[in-house]
Amino acid sequence: MAKSLAAEFTKGLWKEIPPFRLVLGLCPTLGVTTSMKNGIGMGLATTFVLVCANILISALRKVIPGKVRIACFIIIIATFVIIVELTMQAFAYTLYLDLGVFIPLIVVNCIVLGRAEAFASKNSIIPSAADGLGIGLGFTLALASLGAVRELLGTGGLKGDVFGMLPYDISNIFGASYEPFAFAVQAPGAFIALGLMLCLMNLIPSK
Amino acid sequence: MEYFELIVATIFVNNILLAQFLGNCPFLGTSKKMETAIGMAMAVIFVLVLAGVITWIVYAWLLVPYKLEFLRTIAFILVIASLVQFVEMFLKKSIPALYAGLGIFLPLITTNCAVFGVCVLNIDKEFTFMQSLVASFGYAAGFGLALILFAGVRERTLLARVPKALRDTSIALVTAGVISLSFYAFRGMV
Repeated sequence: MAKSLAAEFTKGLWKEIPPFRLVLGLCPTLGVTTSMKNGIGMGLATTFVLVCANILISALRKVIPGKVRIACFIIIIATFVIIVELTMQAFAYTLYLDLGVFIPLIVVNCIVLGRAEAFASKNSIIPSAADGLGIGLGFTLALASLGAVRELLGTGGLKGDVFGMLPYDISNIFGASYEPFAFAVQAPGAFIALGLMLCLMNLIPSK
Repeated sequence: MEYFELIVATIFVNNILLAQFLGNCPFLGTSKKMETAIGMAMAVIFVLVLAGVITWIVYAWLLVPYKLEFLRTIAFILVIASLVQFVEMFLKKSIPALYAGLGIFLPLITTNCAVFGVCVLNIDKEFTFMQSLVASFGYAAGFGLALILFAGVRERTLLARVPKALRDTSIALVTAGVISLSFYAFRGMV
């Protein structure tokens, strides 16, 4: 382990930030980012699964037989997804309804399985947790920013909260005469907004 | 008539790729060449119909009677993974010609969220057996249609002179947005 813990953590925030640098996990990225609130909720749910699955997989990496490792990873991930699903049904039901099918879909999110295969199955517990947390927060950041752009263009303001805490409400950021650009919050807007954000990321050179 | 409406709704109005955003990773990954796009589309149609039917049976006859609905996620992913594995072995043995065509795409399908997503959607919408069979076929056909259309457009953008920052995934997403916009026009139909 030449790289320090901090490096494992911060690489997820910029150098390998999904879905911009690593083009993985596009379905939730496109599907839930109609508002910043949904983006943050989805990002945090994925982060939880990512960190827990990374820790458990890394702890069991010497026990899991190589040939059936993918199946084992999927079962471990599915377990944590069910935990998230049930917790959200109990404590954040409206958010659960908004995110709909995308919560069970964390199971097949390529980011989670990708980190398990590429990192957690080869490293010890603490770096794996740092890696999961970094990638997860990077993903949350990406979803939140894409959600914020679409919500700002589509409704002219930002409104919501994070799991019932930290409420925020900014309206009429472009002035009262702004005509909401409904295209941005609908399906085609998702593809185009993400495409243009990727283009912006490409303009900034990466080290 | 009811089934006809369901088919139109699933292929065009609620297109799995362009309106529901499921299965976008293979959508961008396998659409660079028409050949791979057709192979992937066929594999998805084949597996998705089987998976939709089998997960419906598992849910209605196994999970509901024993009050195990909360295990849906884990049960479905296991069913899909083993189904893909089984289909692969079966095709290899009995229909080698089809296996040669679909072969490399089959393992990719386990992590294709379109397959898993449709199985979950069928349950969430409380479809009957026949409805979920028709809906699975419709969603799969919609996936194939969108993928093949997109591959046709994308083959051309590969030859076009695109600004450097927009290249590759970025221009592909914008193109997908335009195709999605054209599918958006079907929205008034059902």
